[in-house]
Amino acid sequence: MSLNETMARGPGVSRRAALRRGVQGAAGVLLAGGLASRLRAAEPGKTEPEAKAKSVIQIFLWGGMSHNDTWDPKPESGREYMGEFSAVIPTNVDGIQIGALFPQLARQADKYSLIRSMTHGNNGHETAAYLMQTGHAPGERLAYPSVGAVFALFKSRGYTGIIPPYVVLTKPQGRFSEEGFLGPKYKPFASGGDPNARRFEVEGVVARNISDDRQQARRGLLDTMNTMGRLMAASPQMTAAAEAREQAYELILGAGKEVFDLSKEEPELRDRYGRHTFGQECLVARRLVETGVPYVVINYPGGWDTHKGHFQTMRRQAPQLDQGLAMLLQDLSDHGLLETTIVWCCGEFGRGPKVDWQPPWNGGRNHYGKVFSVLVAGGGFKGGCVVGSSDERAEEVKQRPVYPVDLLGSIYKLAGIDCGARLPHPMGAEAYVLPAASEGAKSAGLLTEIM
Amino acid sequence: MRKLPLAWTVVLGAALRSAAAAEIPANVYESPEPARPAGRLDEIVFAKLSTLGVQPVLCSDAVFVRRAYLDLIGKLPTAQEAREFIENPTKGKRRELVDGLLERDEYADYWAMRWGDILRIKAEFPVNLWPNAAQAYHRWVRASIAENKPYDKFTRELLTSSGSNFRVGPVNFYRAVQNRTAEGIAMAVALALMGSRADGWPEERLQGMAVFFSQIGYKPTGEWKEEIVFWDPLRASATAGNTAPGRDAIGAVAQPAGAALESPALPPAAGGPKMAMFPDGTRIELPADRDPREVFADWLITPENPWLAKSIVNRVWAWLLGRGIIHEPDDIRADNPPSNPQLLAYLEEELVAGGYDLKQLCRLVVNSSTYQFSSVPRTSDPEALANFAVYPLRRLDAEVLIDAVNQVTGTSDLYTSAIPEPFTYIPRDMPAVAIADGSITSPFLALFGRPARATGMENERDNKPVPAQWLQMLNSSHIQNKLERGPNLRGIIASGRGPRRILEELYLTILSRKPSGEEIAAALAYGSAGEVNRPAGSARSVGEGRGSRFVGGRTRENWIDIAWALINSAEFLYRH
Repeated sequence: MSLNETMARGPGVSRRAALRRGVQGAAGVLLAGGLASRLRAAEPGKTEPEAKAKSVIQIFLWGGMSHNDTWDPKPESGREYMGEFSAVIPTNVDGIQIGALFPQLARQADKYSLIRSMTHGNNGHETAAYLMQTGHAPGERLAYPSVGAVFALFKSRGYTGIIPPYVVLTKPQGRFSEEGFLGPKYKPFASGGDPNARRFEVEGVVARNISDDRQQARRGLLDTMNTMGRLMAASPQMTAAAEAREQAYELILGAGKEVFDLSKEEPELRDRYGRHTFGQECLVARRLVETGVPYVVINYPGGWDTHKGHFQTMRRQAPQLDQGLAMLLQDLSDHGLLETTIVWCCGEFGRGPKVDWQPPWNGGRNHYGKVFSVLVAGGGFKGGCVVGSSDERAEEVKQRPVYPVDLLGSIYKLAGIDCGARLPHPMGAEAYVLPAASEGAKSAGLLTEIM
Repeated sequence: MRKLPLAWTVVLGAALRSAAAAEIPANVYESPEPARPAGRLDEIVFAKLSTLGVQPVLCSDAVFVRRAYLDLIGKLPTAQEAREFIENPTKGKRRELVDGLLERDEYADYWAMRWGDILRIKAEFPVNLWPNAAQAYHRWVRASIAENKPYDKFTRELLTSSGSNFRVGPVNFYRAVQNRTAEGIAMAVALALMGSRADGWPEERLQGMAVFFSQIGYKPTGEWKEEIVFWDPLRASATAGNTAPGRDAIGAVAQPAGAALESPALPPAAGGPKMAMFPDGTRIELPADRDPREVFADWLITPENPWLAKSIVNRVWAWLLGRGIIHEPDDIRADNPPSNPQLLAYLEEELVAGGYDLKQLCRLVVNSSTYQFSSVPRTSDPEALANFAVYPLRRLDAEVLIDAVNQVTGTSDLYTSAIPEPFTYIPRDMPAVAIADGSITSPFLALFGRPARATGMENERDNKPVPAQWLQMLNSSHIQNKLERGPNLRGIIASGRGPRRILEELYLTILSRKPSGEEIAAALAYGSAGEVNRPAGSARSVGEGRGSRFVGGRTRENWIDIAWALINSAEFLYRH
């Protein structure tokens, strides 16, 4: 058993204890409270008050990032598997090694844990993305909301900020409709713009070339010219429209837009995040969490679907991911926010651990959902641990499989959201946050070893 | 005698009393002609309204032209079309307009969009028709509407067709169902064609109806994703363990590995006679030599059938008037009675007598005084509203709204589908209303509640306002770019005409009417007051010095702000 396959010893978790929990989990003993029984009718809009996690930052590496080039390296598997990235580096946690593309993350390993046995076996972008972000099988009858929309629903009662509760930086994935059957109210607010540009033009909030004076003047003009709106102001349709418009104006003219104003940060700090879109997105995410936004997604600007040109793309993108993510963890920790903020980072799947050297791939990696890696940190997740392992070529789960419901279930648990709670379906269909084992959802238990 | 809350009485009373003065808003929207029944339909509605103490008022010509365009062809009249209609002195011009609209190509586009929701025309998740099949399905629907295929014939073709999903459009009806069991299909038929939610039916009725759909076969061909839908009495195409016929046993990955092995049951034995039951309770032994789908379709389309005509007249009425006589229009059941049973019965009779002619049905409704009532509320009594005392305000559907913005500004949007690869892109000149496939979309369409086409339910389309929609309309670069760069607006603003003419053209283009004197004064006051409305530095920032150029005494920027205010007004955003 090589070092990186061993469950590394994290603070406060003995290897044996971790293994024991893993085994119990696999037996289903620790299946999430609520997953096993549907007896309680939990109320959406309500979370457990003592929950550790107040916010979540999800970094979604859409397209699917290679696992053996990054956080689950297998140096002994040779060039056929490792291609150009055979080097591994130690981290600041004894016994954990990661790929040499991530020197900065290596210095933060005590803050995060790596799941090296994530699995669902699905190799389609849409279906795998849906699985990873809803926990529900793509073939089911209903279109479920993503984890972010579920947070927006459950955290809505406690959250009174004017920024929408579910924010995507900067573009929505477009792979599936994130709000599912919950409807447009739970759609993520996509910022648009580029936080690395001179001015971060948040779509709909910060408009190009429109000064606050002109905004005010326009608003007054609209009031004057809205003849029918005034005539019918008392009608329910107009009342609802006016209410929504007032909320929008709080963002346009109120304090909301300052959260997106990175000029309020020290230039030096911005440099440390990296002067690239992803780095600055991480900084915006921290600012959003600081104001209490419950769920922030960073859709990685670029994508990791490296069928071709794999090694070049990795060389270009991985250092930015390394810099931005490592700094985010450091900065959250410096601000005392890491304890209450879950950070999770992964794609919809990994990539084929064996390099495709043949044309047309010429050194690429294809979709791989059988086993891949996830980074989790903060909000009640322990740092410095490795959960599960893959086999010697990173092709199969070797120990402690982690299924989508296990990962999402753990995130929900830390945030005080009952996985067995019923979701409001507009047509009254029966739907729950996560599927139960009886519905055929595979589970090997919550990630209790790192919670 | 009006039944009005006091506050309304005062406001409206004042408005109506001074209606002679041309600048009173209500007058812009209402006709001075008293509302009188124009036919049997109106007599039934007026009789009901008089028992409720409501005296309705007719809408103005300007409101009518916009309403008829939006409701019949899903787009705005151009400034020219609106002006011609408003200025036309002919007595029967409303009727003429309706006849003309029903013959336009956009009529078929728009109604095919409505049917696309009901029939779930979508290439990808969750119904997974696949792009070529979604196009074929839509082409058939659209062509049927364009040729005004009698609705009973449309229904029969939809239910009984066999053949390739790429070549025979209607067979996709049986593929556009997530739950492709016989029960699942029976529920889809009940919802789409009978306006009934079968999940509330007694078990026996659904099971009895499901038998008609238990012999549908699906088989692949050599062509990628092609599938033949056919009558398969011997169940030759059934796959063991697959509870959703015609679909790969998906979930080989997503579902537990053992599941397929644990449920080896083939669907019930093939061949022998079977007892089916029509939803009215009549039992029938299926003949061995006939596709049971035909047996069902022939029952459904007989004129005596209680379901088909009721469902379609109620649905068309709801599409035109914002709510069903039975509401919601796809929730017909004994304990959800029509607000006006006589009205519903009358429409059913007319439809059957007219040979299931849907254009004729539209004509009947849109030419009625009832359809032409003002949208200015005279009552908040729910019963009066359920009896169509006022034409209800509804926000424009996502597709209609973006098409209207694009028409006004002279711009276009990009519609794409990111799946499957290679990505699909739609030609720039195609309006959103004409998009065949629900998978082809844009962020705007998604934000404004275009339905996922997952269930075929009317209420899947969500037109409720949310703040993010306002951010988009009020302040996004998407809309601002259209206002700044759209050639139509630019042409109007830079036309060299005087400010009043420019303003009138903007009103006709955006609101399909001329501005009132009050509105002219308000608009022309904007930007002429000096510094307040001309923020420092803004002239430079617009780029190329365009902002500093004065047009009709105002900067170009001021004119853009006026257009901006009009497209953000309730009058633009809502059917009224």
